[in-house]
Amino acid sequence: MSKSNPANLKYTKDHEWALVEGDIVTVGITDHAQELLTEVVFAELPAIGKKVEQGKQLAAVESVKSVSDVYSPVSGEVVEVNTELEANPGLINQDAFGAGWIAKVKMSNPAELEKLMDVAAYGKVMES
Amino acid sequence: MELIFEKSRVGRRASEIQGFDVPAVELDASLVRAEIDLPEVAEIDLVRHYTQLSRRNFGVDIGFYPLGSCTMKYNPKINEDMAKLAGFTEAHPYAPEAWSQGSLQLMFELEKDLREICGMDAFTLQPAAGAHGELTGVMLIKKYFEKRGEKRSKMLIPDAAHGTNPASSALCGYEIVSVKSNAEGGLDLDSLRELMTEEVAGLMLTNPNTLGLFERNITEVAKIVHAKGGLFYCDGANTNAYMGITRPGDLGFDVIQLNLHKSFSTPHGGGGPGSGPVGVKQILTDFLPVPRIELNDGVYSFVGDKPDSIGKMKAFYGNFGVMVKAFTYIRSLGAKGLKRAAENAVLNANYVMARLSPHFDVAYQRVCMHECVLTSEKQVRENGINTKDIAKRMIDYGIHPPTIYFPMIVHEAMMFEPTETESKETLDEFCDVMIEIAGEAKTNPQIIHDAPLTTPVNRLDEVKAAREPRVVYQK
Repeated sequence: MSKSNPANLKYTKDHEWALVEGDIVTVGITDHAQELLTEVVFAELPAIGKKVEQGKQLAAVESVKSVSDVYSPVSGEVVEVNTELEANPGLINQDAFGAGWIAKVKMSNPAELEKLMDVAAYGKVMES
Repeated sequence: MELIFEKSRVGRRASEIQGFDVPAVELDASLVRAEIDLPEVAEIDLVRHYTQLSRRNFGVDIGFYPLGSCTMKYNPKINEDMAKLAGFTEAHPYAPEAWSQGSLQLMFELEKDLREICGMDAFTLQPAAGAHGELTGVMLIKKYFEKRGEKRSKMLIPDAAHGTNPASSALCGYEIVSVKSNAEGGLDLDSLRELMTEEVAGLMLTNPNTLGLFERNITEVAKIVHAKGGLFYCDGANTNAYMGITRPGDLGFDVIQLNLHKSFSTPHGGGGPGSGPVGVKQILTDFLPVPRIELNDGVYSFVGDKPDSIGKMKAFYGNFGVMVKAFTYIRSLGAKGLKRAAENAVLNANYVMARLSPHFDVAYQRVCMHECVLTSEKQVRENGINTKDIAKRMIDYGIHPPTIYFPMIVHEAMMFEPTETESKETLDEFCDVMIEIAGEAKTNPQIIHDAPLTTPVNRLDEVKAAREPRVVYQK
């Protein structure tokens, strides 16, 4: 079973999570997403400084089953990536909401946060 | 079994060169690399090793191979006989046109046949495979808008398209906009109307799509795309589902790529190479790759002087041997035969779906085309085994697993494409096996979980193989 979704995070319908701290947003995929993907074998991380847009591709994660794009929950610039994933992509499976984070984006338009879901709304997406 | 490297013994040889007609030269020590550890075996060891390996191969000549989306149809041996004719095998791309009239005629005629089958105005045979054909098609679209001075930056691609479609468009610099499927597995017209703007170059539609379903609103879709000045691209990899019955050109498509190694029975996968001819309507013919083959006064020639052409897509004129095989297939079957092949492909897929639907969930409950998509969601829920387990178990029964976990919009997908060549007996044997496996899922899920049990190696650790690949032999 999936671990429960932390209440302090924002979510997208595509199963990304966002942790907002000031203007820095840490992005990962949800535990539900990693469960659907199965064992992640490779994470394609964005370059630092890459400009991203809300809902557009940020990274990609590959499992033995498939390759999936990870979409950025906010627009902005990539300021940090989780280089641990290069050697150990399985962190996404083991700790999707923590050590398996993917990238940090410095957001350019905080108003976009309005479009993200809270934990209750995401819970409904998971059930549908 | 032992690797060829493990059979190696220092100094053993499969051949011996006797009597040099030039003086022997000792290689300079600096040129000799000790780290190249090539296997040293006798001829008999060599022959046995590779013969044994080949006996562990699985191919369509050995058993049922229902790999959905890939169309692993049987390749009639007459195709090979024709491609082996000395006039073709001894042709050389640098030979003068006057000496190559037969080969040129074959290509000219094949283009004509493909035009007829697809309802298009012109074809190029140059692209080397399906995705290369897609790239060619999208480059033609891009050139068309450049020539008109229009700036269009987006390409619409449904979520039930072949995975290469977004890649081909992205390579041409287009931003990919995904169009969702509706509840019956077709395009959602309302979202299409909303997304189809004058910024959009076109819509790439895989038809039938990867759910094995024919787009029901095809003419309406074409209207919506054309109303905004866009072009309508057909991924024709699945032409085997409708050849001789309907024509993409008549449905409103402007560009199509075919996969000769799927629909037209040329070898596939390791046995390739592929071939991905592209057909276009009149508005795009000026942009086709050069050279074009033309017939004037009974003489065939390559014509390169086409100022608006996108240029060359492939050295010389594509994978010629493959064209001979596809041409043989088309001419052996004839118009009626091609139609019957399509009818049987569709009938076979529907037969499989109907027999298996009491045992596995069906992704979309409607008549399918040449392939059907089932899911193991019931087995996941009730028996704790998944699609991968079932696929592995099929190997124990001597059947090649289907395409799994694709299309991605269906959870636990299993995509079966029996193709037209299989008899009812083969289909029944296959369905019996699948029903048997569905039964095992209830009574003995462990055996499915552990499968395959009859192969030289059992379940491989795919995760470890992907995370820590070791592809070079080391002692």
